[in-house]
Amino acid sequence: MLDKIGIAKRIAKEVKNGYYVNLGIGIPTLVANYVCKDIEVEFQSENGVLGMGPFPFEGEEDADLINAGKQTITTLEGASFFDSATSFSMIRGKHVQLTILGAMEVSHNGDIANWKIPGYMVKGMGGAMDLVASAENIIVAMMHTNKKGESKLLKSCSLPLTGVGCVKRVVTNLAVLEVSIDGFKLLERAPGVTVETIQNATEGHLIVDGEVPEMDI
Amino acid sequence: MINKQVPNAKKALKGLTDGMTLMLGGFGLCGIPENAIAEMVAMDVKKITCISNNAGVDNFGLGLLLQKHQIRKMVSSYVGENDEFERQMLSGELEVELIPQGTLAERCRAAQAGFPAIYTPAGYGTEVAEGKETREFDGKMYILETAFKADFSFVKAWKGDAAGNLIFKATARNFNPNMCGAATITVAEVEELVPVGSLDPNQIHIPGIFVQRIFEGKGYEKRIEKRTVRQKI
Repeated sequence: MLDKIGIAKRIAKEVKNGYYVNLGIGIPTLVANYVCKDIEVEFQSENGVLGMGPFPFEGEEDADLINAGKQTITTLEGASFFDSATSFSMIRGKHVQLTILGAMEVSHNGDIANWKIPGYMVKGMGGAMDLVASAENIIVAMMHTNKKGESKLLKSCSLPLTGVGCVKRVVTNLAVLEVSIDGFKLLERAPGVTVETIQNATEGHLIVDGEVPEMDI
Repeated sequence: MINKQVPNAKKALKGLTDGMTLMLGGFGLCGIPENAIAEMVAMDVKKITCISNNAGVDNFGLGLLLQKHQIRKMVSSYVGENDEFERQMLSGELEVELIPQGTLAERCRAAQAGFPAIYTPAGYGTEVAEGKETREFDGKMYILETAFKADFSFVKAWKGDAAGNLIFKATARNFNPNMCGAATITVAEVEELVPVGSLDPNQIHIPGIFVQRIFEGKGYEKRIEKRTVRQKI
């Protein structure tokens, strides 16, 4: 079974040379730390920066330079700044190749719910609805089950949706799954995790086709 | 040169009255029109509708207007860094319309550019689409979203001149350029008002035509919401 860093490390392998990538808050943010150093990748933050770098050194924080999580950041060589409409033109116009974000629920037809729990304070969707409605390649990073042990990979989402039929791939602490027409196709198992464990933790339709390899992290 | 310069925030906000709809630039506390907000607190304008990506924190940004119950409605993409906001929302004092961030930006830009509405895929199949016209283009579904209508737009830039030309700094740019010229009156406050002719026309982000009033702001606090640093090894 993977921890959050393990999930980030496995997703980092999906980041390819020449990609512009948008990272959501939480586990997705960690992905930047594990992307192969030999490839050229730029990270986009929807508040208006391409070429995002690491956090600044203490004393070098700039109130005018933050990411979408409102954290102070730095930029790398070749970075650029732009307004919010331009930022979402990059996203809606499919110029960003990969979007990685967290979720509360994903259904086996690719619906995603990650912005609202009825009865709790609703903070808003931020840029998540724009991202999931437009991105060609969306990877969801999340734990396979919630704190109560209930599956987050469902037949249909119970929470209000963020987007419909948009998720392509899910990486959890237990497995890598692809969203196909017929359901969640099991691609890889986390180290030491059996197909049976994954099956038991997946409420949505799980397709197990032959021998399922263990992840290589 | 058409001179847009006004001496201070007070003059810049002339004509702002109760019940108006306002656009305010900024992302979190980054790039917010601090001087305009302070003046709104001072003049105690009431029942305003604010179109702004966020709603500030408890004691800064739009949180200052919330504390004094000056806001009737917020149109935002992400809120809730703010206890007073939550309290007013749950008690029904404050109306809140949550919309996708890209839709927020584009509804501003549409107003600026003279489009009555735009089609976006964001929110299709979700509660955001409820009651809205939808249409299929090339096999994909889109929602019709209308341009905002606002009385004032308050933006913050780094540098500007009396002609109203603006240059923004880093990610303090965010929604500010999209809100310029998107309301009846656009008020720009700048950290530094430079002499006309000293800005390179090649480097201007927003041409002065989109700005009606400009002034040099005072005492920018530029508060950092989440200070994150790394250690030197």
